[in-house]
Amino acid sequence: MSDIVIKAENLGKKYIIGHQDESSRYVALRDVLMQSARGLWHKTMDLVQGKPIISGDTMEEIWALEDINFEIQRGEAVGIIGRNGAGKSTLLKVLSRITEPSTGRLTIKGRVASLLEVGTGFHPELTGRENIFLNGAILGMRREEIRRKFDEIVAFAEVEKFLDTPVKRYSSGMYVRLAFSVAAHLEPEILVIDEVLSVGDAQFQKKCLGKMELVGREGRTVLFVSHNMSAIISLCQKGMLLEKGRLQTMGDMHKVVTRYLSSGTVLNGNFTRKEHGLGNKLEIQRINLENNGKTSTVYYNSQKLVVQITYTVSEQLAGAQLTVEVLTESQECLFSTTNLDGDYEKRELDPGNYVAECPIDLQMFRQGTYYIRVTSSIPCIEILDTIDDLLVFEVFDDSSPLLKLGQNRRGVVLPLIKWRHILSA
Amino acid sequence: MSTPEFQVEGAPTLPEEPVLVLEPGRADRNYWTDLWRYRELFLILAWRDISVRYKQTVIGVVWAVVRPLLTMVVFTVLFNRVAKLPSDGDAPYALMVFAAMLPWFLFSTSLSDASGSLINSASLISKVYFPRLIVPTAAIVAAFTEFLISFLILVALMFHFRFAPGWNILLLPGFTLLALLASLGPGLWITALNVKYRDFRYVIPFVVQLGLYVSPVGFSSSAIPNEWRFIYNLNPMVGVIDGFRWCILGGDSPLYAPGFALSLMVVTFFLWLGISRFRKMERRFADMI
Repeated sequence: MSDIVIKAENLGKKYIIGHQDESSRYVALRDVLMQSARGLWHKTMDLVQGKPIISGDTMEEIWALEDINFEIQRGEAVGIIGRNGAGKSTLLKVLSRITEPSTGRLTIKGRVASLLEVGTGFHPELTGRENIFLNGAILGMRREEIRRKFDEIVAFAEVEKFLDTPVKRYSSGMYVRLAFSVAAHLEPEILVIDEVLSVGDAQFQKKCLGKMELVGREGRTVLFVSHNMSAIISLCQKGMLLEKGRLQTMGDMHKVVTRYLSSGTVLNGNFTRKEHGLGNKLEIQRINLENNGKTSTVYYNSQKLVVQITYTVSEQLAGAQLTVEVLTESQECLFSTTNLDGDYEKRELDPGNYVAECPIDLQMFRQGTYYIRVTSSIPCIEILDTIDDLLVFEVFDDSSPLLKLGQNRRGVVLPLIKWRHILSA
Repeated sequence: MSTPEFQVEGAPTLPEEPVLVLEPGRADRNYWTDLWRYRELFLILAWRDISVRYKQTVIGVVWAVVRPLLTMVVFTVLFNRVAKLPSDGDAPYALMVFAAMLPWFLFSTSLSDASGSLINSASLISKVYFPRLIVPTAAIVAAFTEFLISFLILVALMFHFRFAPGWNILLLPGFTLLALLASLGPGLWITALNVKYRDFRYVIPFVVQLGLYVSPVGFSSSAIPNEWRFIYNLNPMVGVIDGFRWCILGGDSPLYAPGFALSLMVVTFFLWLGISRFRKMERRFADMI
């Protein structure tokens, strides 16, 4: 049965952005005046011709989406994945009519409700009760419909006591719960959701995921953007991978996720920074995954993996911390460790080049693929550097006595724990 | 088939589903029906603007009374007592000023609210779709409720001066609508421009301030020399204010027909300009805001 509800043909979206010219950073007052006068003239001309004001000397066209073709059937739940800036959000914005495409054509059958941000249109001065009606109407619910679901929404959000309090007095958790609860009760034919599950506490997230799954089962078409691979796999059967504005692949969600994880990451177990001088106080230059002193992506779980991080400090820093996160194949964080663990004296770092090594014991790891993310920050104060590329490594089980037995065990890790038995009298 | 019919029970598809085609530069054929479909959102946004207006103020809605009342007192003293300008016929000067103050405040409040409306709902516009026309028009509705409150003062004043209106007062709703339309046209145009060029944010307070003196609010438009009277009506508010005075003061303030016709044309022109500019730019609001 071909019951296509969304069809995109050659869809494209172009943005124009301006760049400040390197050579035009004048110092002398005369030059600055000249520059401003010229800027004023250009802006006035833009206004007369009805062009938007773009600050900068050179302009660049950016294709946020290019040549996108796909079809989505009724009742399908489609997950859209891709790295930051791949065009996922732009695609959702075009789909939900917030912005028009620059090229191509998009045909949509049925009404679309989009949820790009929870709590859109919430007014801080209005009470919870009033905001439910306001937010509901903004998301496309009829008043009668909201009234019918009102009690359900309130119960779901667990804010009964504070219904007549202005939401500006709410705790941020309550605010998010209420906002999400309204959204979770939407019942359009096509539901478009951006990364909104990243808010709220874990328990509430789980509740929302359950509610969304229900929505999918009622025959509605759902489009879902997320970085949370396990959520997206559990919600969607079909996946779409975007890369630099282009549709790379579309098909079975599992396969798309696997492809994304292997294509979007650096496969050879090291990372070398290409762009320098981004002005970070601490810049991570190189990351190496080492097995016995050699770069490697393959490990036996009897071996040790060493994460070697080369970084540059450009000014005196106090309390800077490097964090290594180990992620599972579905990008859930297995654990994270920092170079300051167990060393709580705030260390002063003088400018210079440093090498940090983090040895990781692989004994507990199950056989499979893992990822490593490295970040640097001064805790609670600022983020110093984040490496978007994930490093990958694979663990093979060679020695563990659990190799065979462990296949069907539950659990993310597989520790070998020696039990003690004591005969009690 | 007018309201958004969301399925409740999941099961079968609706007999009639709107098919939407999005293409660059494509004029939306269902523009006005779409607007009608979103009327509930319009009402709710208007209600929000009204109920938020005087939150966390001490005297609240009394502000809607104080502002025009004080302006009336100042203008009456200034133009009548100091500048010795005549009133229309036998009508009390204060009443004549207030009859102009009503449409003027309606016009200026709705113009400034409407022109700032899109930027004030930037987060809404970049996150949800709805016909954008709803935002400025809902802002105007909020200004209109303020007008209704000040209207009560007019009634009180008329009792005070024992001034009975004639049959013309029945035409007042028509002129009220005209005042709204007069502000809607430029309001739409400027709010759309505001999205692109924030300069217009600074233009409006200035225009409104100037307009108060350029329009016949503190004085009667019969004070304008006859040869200039027609040209004076290029300011659309002249026609609206004259109309209000004619309705409220009756025969004391006769309506100058050719001038009124000119004002009417100017209002229509701006309305057309506002709507067409707005529609041309609205599809790219989210990219520029």
